Amino acid sequence: MILPSEVDVLVIGAGPAGLAAATELARDFNVLVVDREKAAGGIPRHCGHYPFGMREFHRVMKGPDYARALAARAEAAGVRFALGVNVVALHPGPSVTVTSDEGVTTISARRVLIATGVRESSRAQRLIGGTKPGGVVSTGALQGMVYLEHARPFRRPVILGTELVSFSAIMTCAHAGIRPVAMVDSRRATAARWPSCLYPRIKGIPLYLSTKLVSIEGRERVESVIIDGPKGRKRIETDGVIVSGHFRSESTLIVTSHLARDPGTGGPAVDSAGRCSDPTYYAAGNMLHPVETAGWCWSEGRRVGLAIARDLKSGLPAERAPVTVESDALAWVVPQFVSPEQALDRLQLRVNRPVNGRLSVRVDGREVASRRIWTRPDRRITLPMPSVTGQVSIHLEE
Amino acid sequence: MPDQPLTGRFDVAVIGAGVVGCAIARRFALAGARVAVIEKAPDILDGASKGNSAILHTGFDAPPGSLEHACIRAGYQEYLEIHERLGLPVNRCGALVIAWTEEEEAALPGLIEKAHKNGITDIEVLDRQALRKAEPELGENARAAFRVPGEYLIDPWSAPFAYLLQAVENGAQLMRGAEVTGARREDDWIIETTRGEVRAGLVINAAGLFGDLVDEKFIGRRDFHIKPRKGQFVVYDKPAAALVNHILLPVPTAITKGVVVCRTAFGNLLVGPTAEDQDDRLHAELVPETLEALKKRGEEIVPALKRHDVTAIYAGLRPATEFKEYCIKAHEGLSYITVGGIRSTGLSAALGIAQHVEKLAALEFPPPAHPVWSSVRNISEFLPRDWQKPGHGGIVCHCELVTRREIMDALSGPLPARSLAGLKRRTRVTMGRCQAFFCSAELCRLTRDHFDQPMSEIVE
Repeated sequence: MILPSEVDVLVIGAGPAGLAAATELARDFNVLVVDREKAAGGIPRHCGHYPFGMREFHRVMKGPDYARALAARAEAAGVRFALGVNVVALHPGPSVTVTSDEGVTTISARRVLIATGVRESSRAQRLIGGTKPGGVVSTGALQGMVYLEHARPFRRPVILGTELVSFSAIMTCAHAGIRPVAMVDSRRATAARWPSCLYPRIKGIPLYLSTKLVSIEGRERVESVIIDGPKGRKRIETDGVIVSGHFRSESTLIVTSHLARDPGTGGPAVDSAGRCSDPTYYAAGNMLHPVETAGWCWSEGRRVGLAIARDLKSGLPAERAPVTVESDALAWVVPQFVSPEQALDRLQLRVNRPVNGRLSVRVDGREVASRRIWTRPDRRITLPMPSVTGQVSIHLEE
Repeated sequence: MPDQPLTGRFDVAVIGAGVVGCAIARRFALAGARVAVIEKAPDILDGASKGNSAILHTGFDAPPGSLEHACIRAGYQEYLEIHERLGLPVNRCGALVIAWTEEEEAALPGLIEKAHKNGITDIEVLDRQALRKAEPELGENARAAFRVPGEYLIDPWSAPFAYLLQAVENGAQLMRGAEVTGARREDDWIIETTRGEVRAGLVINAAGLFGDLVDEKFIGRRDFHIKPRKGQFVVYDKPAAALVNHILLPVPTAITKGVVVCRTAFGNLLVGPTAEDQDDRLHAELVPETLEALKKRGEEIVPALKRHDVTAIYAGLRPATEFKEYCIKAHEGLSYITVGGIRSTGLSAALGIAQHVEKLAALEFPPPAHPVWSSVRNISEFLPRDWQKPGHGGIVCHCELVTRREIMDALSGPLPARSLAGLKRRTRVTMGRCQAFFCSAELCRLTRDHFDQPMSEIVE
């Protein structure tokens, strides 16, 4: 495939956010979506379970069907795809350097949307001790092996984590005839809300809470793990470890670029239009907020796509006011700036420890919205986006 | 396909395909010997050679007059002479030895004097101000330093791979997955392995962490005892590499060179190693508290590291002994050479050790009429990479930009990867920040039928 050297809008990442934005933009503009994978659809391609598609198609679908339907809808709208293409650098202009089987080339655009999503954090990032045998994988890697390759890397693994994705790991295991022998989390309660937390019990998987995974043992393959919890240390015989959750923004391109980054999310700092510090670059989807559902990302992508369309037609107001956070219990807030264009129509937040208190938004010191929260890390929290301009701050009273 | 059994008589059998064994095999193959290499692991570089700090040392701080020092000097010289022909990188960044306390500052002149004795005469002294200019991101407490311009960064796996590849292309034969179980002397040595017997005139023990045990099998005694010394490392993501210009060395203590901060050949930033004695020769266990302490030390040396992500953690074992010197010895009348206790300088010294062993062997062979020199594929950040050239088949490992062509090459050819670990060392696949989140499925497919232990089994 010959890559164009110039397009109106270049979308990086063919997941739900990127595809939704591209579909909206293709009505009036020449849109190219590049993705490093050989197929469009993003992470849902290898989530072979329900429920996807409620907002987008008004029915309950499995991930791969949903991914195909999103890609088909984009294609029907006139979006062009360049798959198996890796973006390796972002430049002011905007333009990007890509590599593919054809070699290295540059693509210029009027606007670029970055929608490269998330990944789970690795065993290395969590500094988990022990040896380094084969069979330690993330949920994403496991799903790829099971749903794309019909393969299983182990038969009786331990699952680390209790986020939504950790329960998705159980479903993936069930699909491949893998029987997890334990689910372990250092938290006091499961990160995911009821009723997900009932799922391990239904499947007969022992759940170890307030328990640390201390060490992984084995040389070629995992042989056992050591856990340490309220009942003391214990060795569990196992042949694999699923290191799930703790999502991180897949923001490699941002880190090495001229765009400003939010250390809290790891992703780019954006205003409520989805604009980055260089306003010719936009971002949407999970790279802004690790992690939300596919439907959430799709709807956000759509709204950012419409904002880009307005920007290209008549320009968007440049003004933006920073959002400041007045509590050390808040891990991050998105967007990092408020502007008159509100494609991101809510303030999204996460806490970094269990919190029970009152959350409020002030504009120039005057409270404009508040809510009570009783929540834990990795759970969704939102606040209304202030419509008036001014110095926006977020406060937490515990 | 497993390696072919080693049939017929070999002039030289090298036991162990670590960096030292690979360099020795190369030297004897280039000298015209018929060489066999016997490795117990599924792939090469699986013991001490799999985890080091990837520095080409000048030997400035080696014990003056030692064999270790002589081998480092000779190895260093030869590497610089041959690296271009083998396609191997060198990053000539130089090192700074940094004093953080008054006591360490007082030790600097002694270290410089030692370097002079070791023939390293281009040392430059840096005061606090010059140090800050050379390394603006360095922690406040750095007092003074000296620069050793000749300390370089190299690729710790491609180098030994290239040595063994050249050996094989000049006639050497490798048998992996073959553990030595015993030996007997007829006219030649008959080496008993788990994959059959091998007949060889001269045996060279380069068994690293198992060197003393292999000596017992051949000569019924051991002149040294391996005391594995563990080194744990923390690797930061690529943006952190921009924080430092030099290899940052501490003032060494009696047992270790101390915690080093340096870039890697692959564009990351490395903090390590620790020095922890243990009995286990096989397992190098990562300890979260130690890794936290390494991170903390790294952040004292370069405070901006606080803002950077950890990409990888690893631990290696150095084959230390009760002696502060290599244990290299030709055993009189036995056609047997021990190359043991190559403690932490093996990567720098390997080519020099090979020269020394060739002299000890004192054997003559008809040299090959046309020695083969072929280049390995560069995977370092210092030379052009495959992803920059057309026809690479697309990227498989997105974090490290490893191409399908690189992977297919590493799975074929004269030294094909036979384990995921072996493929990682040849290509860097899965070694980036996502640690195989994105590429596992594709790797499962590409490597099927290539590994002794497949990454996954097919679900019916």
